[in-house]
Amino acid sequence: MKDTLLRWFHKWGSPKWFYDLSGRWMPWLAGLSLICLLVGSIWALAFAPMDYQQGNSFRIIYLHVPAAILAQSAYMLLAILGVITLVWRMKMTEILATACAPIGASMTFLALVTGSLWGVPTWGTWWIWDARLTSMLVLLFLYLGIMALQDAIRDPSSAARASAILAIVGVINIPIIKYSVEWWYTLHQPATFKLTEKPAMPMEMWLPLLMMLIGFYAFFAWSLLLRARHQVLIREQKTRWVTQLLDAKPATKSDPSESAKS
Amino acid sequence: MKPQRKQRLIWIGALVIAVAFAAGLTLYALRANINLFYTPTQIAAGEAPLDREIRAGGMVVDGSVKRADDRLYVEFAVTDYQENVVISYDKILPDLFREGQGIVAIGRLNEEGKLVASQVLAKHDENYMPPEVADALAAAEQAKQAATANP
Repeated sequence: MKDTLLRWFHKWGSPKWFYDLSGRWMPWLAGLSLICLLVGSIWALAFAPMDYQQGNSFRIIYLHVPAAILAQSAYMLLAILGVITLVWRMKMTEILATACAPIGASMTFLALVTGSLWGVPTWGTWWIWDARLTSMLVLLFLYLGIMALQDAIRDPSSAARASAILAIVGVINIPIIKYSVEWWYTLHQPATFKLTEKPAMPMEMWLPLLMMLIGFYAFFAWSLLLRARHQVLIREQKTRWVTQLLDAKPATKSDPSESAKS
Repeated sequence: MKPQRKQRLIWIGALVIAVAFAAGLTLYALRANINLFYTPTQIAAGEAPLDREIRAGGMVVDGSVKRADDRLYVEFAVTDYQENVVISYDKILPDLFREGQGIVAIGRLNEEGKLVASQVLAKHDENYMPPEVADALAAAEQAKQAATANP
């Protein structure tokens, strides 16, 4: 058992193995996210009942909550990748971390923007410096810092190690975000979507939210793999399997147009 | 695991614990400032300063909302089920404002302990339900109250 696990772990260290495997996963992830997001958003916008207090404006929850959950999950992933990068010096985790940071940043941004739009009709303000909103803004700055650090150092391995340290240090912010609404008095309400307890909304509102959440996760996985595959090709461009792959591909694709031009 | 890697892992663990400790102490030291608002109990106990802008939060007391006839001026009490604070406000209230709703008011306390608000924000809780369910719940609550009132 331990041996297979170890072998599996070592396989992840191989960019070629990753490239082949992720290529097989991509269409499934794309399909799953497309179906879930499509069904989920139609269900959420057209068929889920409106809220007794907020009316239809509560429907922004279907974007806000998945984006906010994913923003934190992506950060946790970034921190775990950071630990592996620092301890085991794996090239693949460096690549995945560079691929992950911008997606996490955009999810955080989406959560902040949708939350702000939601705040106007319900709270009566765009922004308030309460613990939840502020810690979420700190998360966005952490993401931006990590991205800047990844970009600022030319050698990809040193860049990955520097940004890994920032990612690990910043992980303290995640429990602060999660428990901010319980530890302090905030304007933001406590979590509605809970996996461990009974959700604070009826099934016909909760199921589309679950659907959207699965869709967001699948989309995240898909875009993470897409970006990582791109990075793999760039970083491995001198290796034999990449040159072979690139030689093989354009020949079949761009042949007709080439001949037509000449 | 190779000793070298183990050592690196230990260093990372130590780093995380140190940072968590530092963050925990900072948040503990700042705990009064991180709270968005004072509760009516804190205000009644004199914890809130008189001369500067503060935020007060609580539930709007049922039947306490008094509106002026000729202008927007409104007075209401908020409670944390221990103490009450009277708040006055002269602008448009948010849509979610109603009796029994949680709110946060930004303003200054005057000498009588009344909060003169410059902004009122509505808090909402994590519970969502369709209007029909809310109506049914209210009807059930009324029926229960009627049953206890005349047994």
